[in-house]
Amino acid sequence: MTGRWFITPGELRRQGILGMNARNGSYIAQLNARSNYPLVDDKLQTKHLALDAGIAVPELYGVIETPHQVRRIGKMLEGRNDFVIKPAHGAGGDGILVITGRMGEHYRRANGRLMDRESIQHHLSNILSGMYSLGGQPDRAMVEYRVKFDPLFDQVSFEGVPDIRTVVYRGYPIMAMVRLPTREADGKANLHQGAVGAGVDMATGETLHGVWHGRVVDQHPDTGAPISGICIPDWSTLLALAARCHDLTGLGYLGVDVVLDRDRGPLILELNARPGLAIQIANRQGLLKHIERVDARLEGMEAPEEAAARAAWVGEGFAQATG
Amino acid sequence: MKRLHLALLVIVLMTTGLVMTGYKATVLGFPLLPAQTVDNWIVEARVAFEPTGGPVTARLVLPDDPPGFAILDENFISRGYGLTTSQQGENREAHWTTRYPSGRQVLYYRATVYLHNRTNGEDEAYPGPVSVPEYGEPYHSAAMALLESVRERSADISSFATVLVSDLNAPNPGENATLFVDPNDTDADRVRTLIQLLAGARIPARMSHGITLTDWAREAQPMAWLEVHNTREWVPIHPRNGSTGYPANLLVWWHGDIEPLQVERARNRELSFSVTRNIHDAIDVAEQRAQLMDSRFVDFSLFGLPVQTQNMYRVLLMVPLGALIIVLLRNVVGIRTFGTFMPVLIALSFRETQLLGGIILFTLIVSLGLAIRFYLDHLKLLLVPRLAAVVIVVIMLMAVISILSHNLGIEQGLSLALFPIVILAMTIERMSLVWEEHSPQEAIRQGLGSLAVAVVGYLFMVNRHLEHLIFVFPELLLVVLAITLLLGRYTGYRLTELLRFRALGQ
Repeated sequence: MTGRWFITPGELRRQGILGMNARNGSYIAQLNARSNYPLVDDKLQTKHLALDAGIAVPELYGVIETPHQVRRIGKMLEGRNDFVIKPAHGAGGDGILVITGRMGEHYRRANGRLMDRESIQHHLSNILSGMYSLGGQPDRAMVEYRVKFDPLFDQVSFEGVPDIRTVVYRGYPIMAMVRLPTREADGKANLHQGAVGAGVDMATGETLHGVWHGRVVDQHPDTGAPISGICIPDWSTLLALAARCHDLTGLGYLGVDVVLDRDRGPLILELNARPGLAIQIANRQGLLKHIERVDARLEGMEAPEEAAARAAWVGEGFAQATG
Repeated sequence: MKRLHLALLVIVLMTTGLVMTGYKATVLGFPLLPAQTVDNWIVEARVAFEPTGGPVTARLVLPDDPPGFAILDENFISRGYGLTTSQQGENREAHWTTRYPSGRQVLYYRATVYLHNRTNGEDEAYPGPVSVPEYGEPYHSAAMALLESVRERSADISSFATVLVSDLNAPNPGENATLFVDPNDTDADRVRTLIQLLAGARIPARMSHGITLTDWAREAQPMAWLEVHNTREWVPIHPRNGSTGYPANLLVWWHGDIEPLQVERARNRELSFSVTRNIHDAIDVAEQRAQLMDSRFVDFSLFGLPVQTQNMYRVLLMVPLGALIIVLLRNVVGIRTFGTFMPVLIALSFRETQLLGGIILFTLIVSLGLAIRFYLDHLKLLLVPRLAAVVIVVIMLMAVISILSHNLGIEQGLSLALFPIVILAMTIERMSLVWEEHSPQEAIRQGLGSLAVAVVGYLFMVNRHLEHLIFVFPELLLVVLAITLLLGRYTGYRLTELLRFRALGQ
């Protein structure tokens, strides 16, 4: 484990690692039309798009747009014991409040702490004033169904939301990872906040080793359970779901975040027009090789394939590439 | 297609910027280094005469594009006279005319010249071989014999002339040479003799007169020099020792064996030359020169602006450089900062506070601001009022720090007011968000990153040489723009990514 403290550019290139500049300049700028950004940056729009296309998303309980609605939040939350509040334009999981239960006038957060209604209202008005949105634009707050996680990842996550991030390039899901929250990440599933990322075998849906703080780990830092070898059920369906999100948004370089709900199966949590690069560390391979394979396939094709066919091709191709 | 477009654009911008800079630096002589001074000389010709009645015309030869010098400025002091300048043969002449002069008249011509490395005379065409004059005997045979012996000992036209000069000046000239030498010869006489003899070898030669520029020379005497044409250019030769080339401090005033001053209807003519040394800022010299050359560059330069505005632009023009540094540090190195251009603004304020003071004050203000921000968080305020509250409290704190530091005799605390406070307030807000949402370490890391970028930006922006270069040659900004555009297409790895992806190297 005691490698050098840096990696040479030549080595990165050889492994086909996509850098931040190349991602921004060569892929996001070329493939993601600005006009389509609101579709994914505004989680409300994403939700409506997905619903129209018949893709499952967490149920929306309500939208809060005005200070007046903030004051009357009690009414909206009446009868709900668990829910999630998130900013419609949030980025990187900031501003998401997960409520798991209620104790009289207080609400219990996912980390076990209690919160009174005033604090929730303050959080809501912070969201409305744009504290969590890109560029500080005034925002809206969404209240939605709290996902009941599939017990699949229970052993390898600490509180929070384990989700499956898939990078979809020109409609082809090319790489995926499972993001496992840790104590340090405070229930969030962002790798740079301390979550564990585990690569996923694209052919089988089986988790590979994990990465935590840039280091390779085999066990979850909080629970100690082994990370690899967890098989995600219905993997091919999940890939097809991710592939369909490309059709929804028209974005050529897209991150799809899916959660597995105990009762409702895979739900699209959010889409991301600027998915991060950490997925490459989790999978220990570069995105560029897969990008080139997809480009080569699209080169010789006249009519675009259906999402299911694209997902199937990815599964097969991956098996070949790694096998 | 896009690549080609960008490449072309970059090349055009680069060459435009560099060519304009090169032109200004070499042709107009704008200094590449700050506070460069140029020696220049004020040479003055004083003409005095007493009119004998009737209209007077005075004609004075003027220096015309003297080799090794450039004329910066010239003026004529001649009240009551009509003045025209014209080209007369090889010389430029001033004509002063007046109808009713009375009493002793004094006229002045004054020129400011400075050393300028440019060879002149190359454009003067070869006049062709001259015809051999009739010397008459015994001079003819002596001249032919002398020339023959000189020819044997020389390689080309200028060495021919040099050998001839040294033959005539030898302490014991040969018998042929003695005929042409008179120990009482003035330089001018000697030059005349040389021209005659060189004509025997069909070499075109002429006389020139120059003034030696030495400090405070009240009565500078014009010196006669010989010039021979070697079919490409006129080669100056010292009439006594035969050395070629004018000394660096010799200003050639006129060519030909003529009287420099001619006055009609006057007596007691006097012509005297004086020289004064002057030290000028090189920029002024270049500007004046550009004006004389009728160059449009200077009309549209920043030097035409009022001084206050100039000083503002001195600072402002450094911002693009700071922006370029930011681009480099963010996209090539990969340092994360709060706000894209916040570090540039901080760096600008460091100019006033000095580096160490700036860093201390910045750290102080941001930490105090963070403390306030965390306190205000308890009050559950809305975002904009909270930001405003931070601004207000931070400004009050700044005033307190300034007063305290002033009383303690630390004057740097006074420049605190120059920090872009609104930008600081936003920084504080974003930092506190990162602090809460991510981790204190992350917030401090980004804060230090911003500070480091600001320091690097500052070090570039206060560099006197860079500031001077950008201000005197603002077209260099085109080069900065070109580099920025190029970096805009940089899709290589960032330096920090070499660390980030190190796990992949194992």
